[in-house]
Amino acid sequence: MMLFNLSTLLSLVLALDVASALYFHIAEGERKCFIEEIPDDTTVIVNYKVELYDPRSGGFMPSSPGIGMHVEVRDPNDRVVLSRVYSSEGMISFTSNNPGEHVICMYSNSTSWFSGSQLRVHLDIQVGEHAVDYANVAQKDKLTELQLRIRQLLDQVHQITKEQSYQRRREERFRQTSESTHQRVLWWSLMQTGVLVGIGYWQMRHLKSFFEAKKLV
Amino acid sequence: MYTTPFLVAILISLINGIFSKSVELTFELPDSAMECFYQDIEQNTSASLEYQVITGGQYDVDVKIEGPNKQIIYQQQKMQYDSHQFTAQHTGVYKVCFSNEFSTFSHKLVYMELNVGPEEPLPGIGDHATVMTQLETSAEEIHSALNKIIDHQTHHRLREAQGRKRAEDLNERVNYWSMGETLAIVCVAFAQIMILKNFFSDRPTQYTKM
Repeated sequence: MMLFNLSTLLSLVLALDVASALYFHIAEGERKCFIEEIPDDTTVIVNYKVELYDPRSGGFMPSSPGIGMHVEVRDPNDRVVLSRVYSSEGMISFTSNNPGEHVICMYSNSTSWFSGSQLRVHLDIQVGEHAVDYANVAQKDKLTELQLRIRQLLDQVHQITKEQSYQRRREERFRQTSESTHQRVLWWSLMQTGVLVGIGYWQMRHLKSFFEAKKLV
Repeated sequence: MYTTPFLVAILISLINGIFSKSVELTFELPDSAMECFYQDIEQNTSASLEYQVITGGQYDVDVKIEGPNKQIIYQQQKMQYDSHQFTAQHTGVYKVCFSNEFSTFSHKLVYMELNVGPEEPLPGIGDHATVMTQLETSAEEIHSALNKIIDHQTHHRLREAQGRKRAEDLNERVNYWSMGETLAIVCVAFAQIMILKNFFSDRPTQYTKM
């Protein structure tokens, strides 16, 4: 019974949290994408809530049951990780398999009734260590305050380590691109010099034989 | 028995309202577009905005923060990256706008981080009355130091992304330029021959008439 109470409590807190988060406006059917560049094995939690513009009151309706959100997550290789229609309010979480840029796209499932009207989207994206709910962890693992703090520190250090190894990979890719550009410039200029000399020689030969044929020299 | 959890929930949500909300977003800004984000901020809460343009054009963007009474808190034009800290004078909706209206063809990738209020304490740690032990204090210090490291890492990650994207761009351009140039050289070589031949040919052409 106590557990049930706590879970309702938590969901209540979460719901209130989303309502106070950052928000922006989109038109009905408009597609909005966000990019998260994350290392592998990192959890991302997306909380959102959609409100529909109400022309009668001039405000936004707190709950709009008719509206659904289509959420699509793509990994760095452009493969779909997640693509589903959710209700007007929800929480999505996914864990990355490949490091790189993950694209999170949201758009409403437009119905002709509402088309053209505005939507207000509350959005909260938490990545890695920020996504961990420490109240839950403390409760589940029965940790003391200090243990919990140490757990948080550990999580942070893990996050930094992961990020750093990813950074090394990216640096490697960056260096490869630079070196390849360097190589290409070098070889291309050498080849171009060759082409120029070759063409010059050919021009001379060709003109010489031409003039001789015309008996100009 | 049933009322206490609800009381606690209300209490926590109240605390939640005061304590930190931190959002990091990277979004696309199409050409000549404006993107606005809104955030409710309580009076006397400190907030900070950090942004950086990752790709596109000259890596610049117009940024504006507007308060609830339409007063302008921060305004910069054609900035590549910056951060700004302010304390909310009034409770209300604050508006952060990124504008690419001056650019007609380059679309951009913008990173933004908005932090509101102090960091949310761990459950149970914020409300304890006794003096912290040395271990707890140093744990706290390590925590804030690690937070700083993460912030710096983010900054470097973005700079690296910026550099990498530019290098990839350069690579592609060098590629196309070289191809074009080779084509041009070959064309010019043949054209030269044709024109010179025309000068000396017996048939009167437009070149010999000139």
